[in-house]
Amino acid sequence: MKMRNVSQFISFSILRLIILVVVVPVIFVIFVLFKNGWSAMSWHFIMTPPSGDLTKGGLLLPIVGTLYLVGLTILFALPLGLLSAIYLSEYAKQGKLIRIVRLAIVNLAGVPSIVYGLFGYGVFCLMLNMHESILAGSMTLAILILPVIIVASEEALTAVPQGFREASLALGATKWQTTYKVVLPNALPGIITGAILGISRAAGETAPILFTVVAAYMHDLPKSLFDKCMALPYHLYNISTQVPDAPLNIQWGTALTLLIIAVGLNIAASFIRVHFRKNRAW
Amino acid sequence: MSDMKKKFKFRNIVEYIIEKLIFFSGIATILFVIFILAFITYDAFPIFKTNTLQSMVFGKDWYPVPDDVFGMLPLILGSLLVTAGSIIIGVPVGVAAAIYIGEVAPPKLREILKPTVEVLAAIPSVVIGFIGLLLLAPYLMNHLDKYMVTGQAAITGAIMLAFMSMPTIISISEDALNAVPGEYKAAAYALGATKWQTIIRVIVPAAKSGILAAVMLGIGRSIGETMTVMMVTGNAAVVPENWKAIFMPIRTMTATIAAEMGETARETPHFHALFMIGVLLFTITFIINFIADLALRRVKK
Repeated sequence: MKMRNVSQFISFSILRLIILVVVVPVIFVIFVLFKNGWSAMSWHFIMTPPSGDLTKGGLLLPIVGTLYLVGLTILFALPLGLLSAIYLSEYAKQGKLIRIVRLAIVNLAGVPSIVYGLFGYGVFCLMLNMHESILAGSMTLAILILPVIIVASEEALTAVPQGFREASLALGATKWQTTYKVVLPNALPGIITGAILGISRAAGETAPILFTVVAAYMHDLPKSLFDKCMALPYHLYNISTQVPDAPLNIQWGTALTLLIIAVGLNIAASFIRVHFRKNRAW
Repeated sequence: MSDMKKKFKFRNIVEYIIEKLIFFSGIATILFVIFILAFITYDAFPIFKTNTLQSMVFGKDWYPVPDDVFGMLPLILGSLLVTAGSIIIGVPVGVAAAIYIGEVAPPKLREILKPTVEVLAAIPSVVIGFIGLLLLAPYLMNHLDKYMVTGQAAITGAIMLAFMSMPTIISISEDALNAVPGEYKAAAYALGATKWQTIIRVIVPAAKSGILAAVMLGIGRSIGETMTVMMVTGNAAVVPENWKAIFMPIRTMTATIAAEMGETARETPHFHALFMIGVLLFTITFIINFIADLALRRVKK
């Protein structure tokens, strides 16, 4: 009898050690990013463009570029992803087609981000003659985050109780009216959560924008959707590997800014999810 | 019914259009998967004018400039080496962490651990690469200087990738453990098994399909990762000769595309060869995801 308890004690102790192996580095890395990056952080750092061949100045152009990119990305991805989720949860009948759609979503989520970059470059930039532009980059990113949006939206839609739909249909509403006026409003918090997760993902991606939009160094803001732009993740890659003279505090500050944006959006998404789950009517 | 139809004709037209729109959005993902494969294959295909698949996959030399020699073996083995390394670290740690979070941890602790894993998943790959470059590479170089000539090596990439694949492995494994019916646990306890015996002999074996899926998706995540490996593995396209290669700089398929496409003129053999690497990557991840999907379907049954 005792032997079994000893072996349980040892096993659980090992598990506790292993969980520390996962958690401690995460906390350590975030701590180090704040410790080394915080000194560079200032209003001035955020609001001035990079200068001196990327060895001076701040992050204005990379931040604005990333804002343009994610804004346009979500504009493409959200309607398409939402309609796709509505198809899966409200309209599709169980069968072979829906099975293939689900397999496609899983596969789309698993395609390496650099392959999206190749696709976007080959199709949007070269074949459709968009060249390297904000438009081409955000269309590439939009396809990349589509699975995130679909999965989150579908989960939100299916969580709406069946009785809501039945009540609406019983009142004579059509399927679309039911979906639009009853199901969608009730699923809205979940859909917003998914959209924020998608934005967070798009803001942090580098590989898909490498050849489709990003510029290493610009002096002005992009003037149209057909311009290149700088972007925060690529800027970090660039100053940490391609610009030998870039001061370390600018590098850490850039890394910290990107971390705050990507992780901050994620935390916001979780917060919305938890908040609305507590307060929902059913 | 037919009266109603006339009365609500406008409503029906709107309904019809919207239904079609929703249908086409629904199948858009299928189209995107097909488009991606079709178009990267289209841009890769001209490489077969000058090279055979065999000469590329088994060719040991990658000298695209200026020789147009496109041996991809060093890149393929480089990708396999870092992926294998990341899986050797990431799978045991990830599965153990899932067991701890799902079965052992007190609920309060679970509420802290789960968001921490989510935060790890949310850190952009370029930030993880940056940390690998500035913290891990110098650290390894200092402590393993007998084996390493530079801190930017396969092992550095493997460790960083292990952490990047852990959130996937943990969350899918934990779902699989949760999906094991409660009766199994109750039956094991009723037979006098301890908590640990129940976990290791009943719950984990019952969840093995889901854990397999978790491992597959973890592999997919590692093999497709680009920025982190490009920043920390040193990017030397050499064929790994033996196990010591884990301490040497290597170069992955993903990093090769990322590093070279920007400087390659379109419609050159080099351009087509890089798209060919993309086709190989797509094929590998497609197979991995397909296996993971089959395994997950078994869980649902």
